[in-house]
Amino acid sequence: MRDYKELQAKLAKAGYIAEESLAMALTLATEIHRPLLLEGEAGVGKTDIARALAKLLGTRLIRLQCYEGLDANATLYEWNYQRQLLSIRAREATEGADSAETLENHIFSEEYLLRRPLLEAISQLEPPVLLIDEIDRADEEFEAFLLELLADYQVTIPELGTIEAVSIPHVVLTSNGTRALSDALRRRCLYSWVDYPDAEKERAILAARMPEIDDELARRIVGFVQQLRREELEKVPGIAETLDWAMALVGLKVEKLEDNLDLLQASLICLLKTEADQRAIAPEVTQRLMGKVA
Amino acid sequence: MAEPGENGVLPEPPEPPGPRERMRGFIAHLRLNGFTLGPSETALSLDIVRRLDRPTPDGVQAALKVALCGNREDWDRFDTLFRAYWFGEGVRRANILRGENTSTPKRARPALWDKVLPPEDRAGRPIGGAAQATNASDGEEDAEAPSAPHRIAADRRDSLFKTDLREISAKEDIAEAERVAESLARAMRYRLSRRRKPSARGRSLDLRRTIRRNIAHGGEPVDLLKRTRPDRPVRIVVLLDVSGSMKLYSRYFLLFVRGLLCRWMRADAYLFHTRLVRVTDALTDKDPFRALAKLSLMIEGFGGGTRIAGALEDFNTRYAKQAIDSRTVVVILSDGYDTEAPEHLARELKRLRTRARRIVWLNPLLGWKDYEPVARGMAAALPHIDHFSAANSLQALAALEPELAAL
Repeated sequence: MRDYKELQAKLAKAGYIAEESLAMALTLATEIHRPLLLEGEAGVGKTDIARALAKLLGTRLIRLQCYEGLDANATLYEWNYQRQLLSIRAREATEGADSAETLENHIFSEEYLLRRPLLEAISQLEPPVLLIDEIDRADEEFEAFLLELLADYQVTIPELGTIEAVSIPHVVLTSNGTRALSDALRRRCLYSWVDYPDAEKERAILAARMPEIDDELARRIVGFVQQLRREELEKVPGIAETLDWAMALVGLKVEKLEDNLDLLQASLICLLKTEADQRAIAPEVTQRLMGKVA
Repeated sequence: MAEPGENGVLPEPPEPPGPRERMRGFIAHLRLNGFTLGPSETALSLDIVRRLDRPTPDGVQAALKVALCGNREDWDRFDTLFRAYWFGEGVRRANILRGENTSTPKRARPALWDKVLPPEDRAGRPIGGAAQATNASDGEEDAEAPSAPHRIAADRRDSLFKTDLREISAKEDIAEAERVAESLARAMRYRLSRRRKPSARGRSLDLRRTIRRNIAHGGEPVDLLKRTRPDRPVRIVVLLDVSGSMKLYSRYFLLFVRGLLCRWMRADAYLFHTRLVRVTDALTDKDPFRALAKLSLMIEGFGGGTRIAGALEDFNTRYAKQAIDSRTVVVILSDGYDTEAPEHLARELKRLRTRARRIVWLNPLLGWKDYEPVARGMAAALPHIDHFSAANSLQALAALEPELAAL
């Protein structure tokens, strides 16, 4: 098995700064072909992991966004009904002598099959990264269905027969914990809890994404966000928010955070995404947090 | 199987067992601490260790952590458990951690703890901090029940399920109870919403109606008819007594109600003691813990005797009109001890009865062994309620389902 440190370094090169435990999880997942379940707060970069992994492996990323009411039709396949109808009509008009069986075989061939993400993922020559995003939003039936697919990597389509996986995709599932996932799914997957990054790691992320940023400013920005996460907020700012804010500050040509406190306060809209949070972080609070950073 | 000795530190076994045995022991050790693991995980772990190029303790630890954890609790506790088993660091670490966490009620009140947990399933409690708490005592328990590691995982949920909510007090237990309540409520919600009805904008095809409609087109499906889950919000109005002993129950019940909230099920909650307060807004806070904290603050603010009838009158005059429609279940959680005339209570319940679909009265005291509804208020109320039951355990809450499903 490859060394996980190697993967960690490669991920860093691909622009994703990963914890050691996460690098280990990804190494194992690619090695023993088990799905990897990532849990953590919104905004800690779970989805990006899959993206970085796809980039690193040089394969496609196939994404399935889950939502309530998602069913097998939307995730596996659907027949292209309109084309089927047209085809029937066209044949009736031209030849008129096709046997019913030939016609049926024709319209239920792969040509008329619309592949949805899950079927797409198992029919690639090169194993892609399959990202099943926010699995906790889908219903329990879908979870059970997914389990079946992840166990056998084959799909049965009544009209076509069983389609076996051409290659086994690297599966990454993410969850925000809005619903408790079944033990069966958890057991089937490798697991990793993704936390907010510590200051050092967040600085590294910032440096990787915005190489032009001044070191001292980056340190302040990260320090401030880290302090802010300890406040009681409805929506704790994630990494994406930190990056947005940093970009905003650079765009506003702020060189030192404490230079222009009004501007700083105004720019907090990048970090605070609800009205209650914006009210909670009043200018005095901002100053207190700034004091801790300096 | 390698079993930790009496002091929690692994004794050197007479003959060094093979890695397979050691790994099996480790899996059993984790299972005792509430991990959901089976024999296939033993094989998986061995496979992973074999695959590691240059296995270092840290590397093995990280790899097994990924493979064997299933949720965040497991994730947070794994490192301690790993080091306890393979390096015998259990006792020392446990003591340090115990020192750090003395503020949690579990350790502050061991006597109560014993009452809640029958001795035989102590080892498998689903407590978040179980690693620290049980490491030191793992030895004895392992020795007591070496043959029943499988049972324990099943037992723990069950026992918690039946425990009187009043007796659950450890922080970790509360969290577990809350989860169970929420998942129960969610399960109920799901069952209630299965039926579909015709709709212009549904997601799934209504095949039967489509065919019927298209007979006029010679069977060609031109008009597609669809169906969807019905959008008929069900409402639940909860009136919670927050006097003295009822406080604890109200807390769980609110959590239960929280789990019910969704697009098509609305819940309205009111607290009463000597007066009535609407708390729906606090209930809908996105963060469950903050919601509970808010509610706890509200609950603490009350004082004096209970006025159930007065509170109901208040509700009937001020809120009932908007809060109640013909599909509303009113749930009252109270012990029925009223300081006012029972006739008053009967009158108000009757008024409420005309508006609401059902009235469910939950009396946690009913779950106690020797309780008879002798409180005068309770006796007067009985003729006017549709369903009277205990709500003192999660099981009793689960039994509510048919009441709500009967809508």
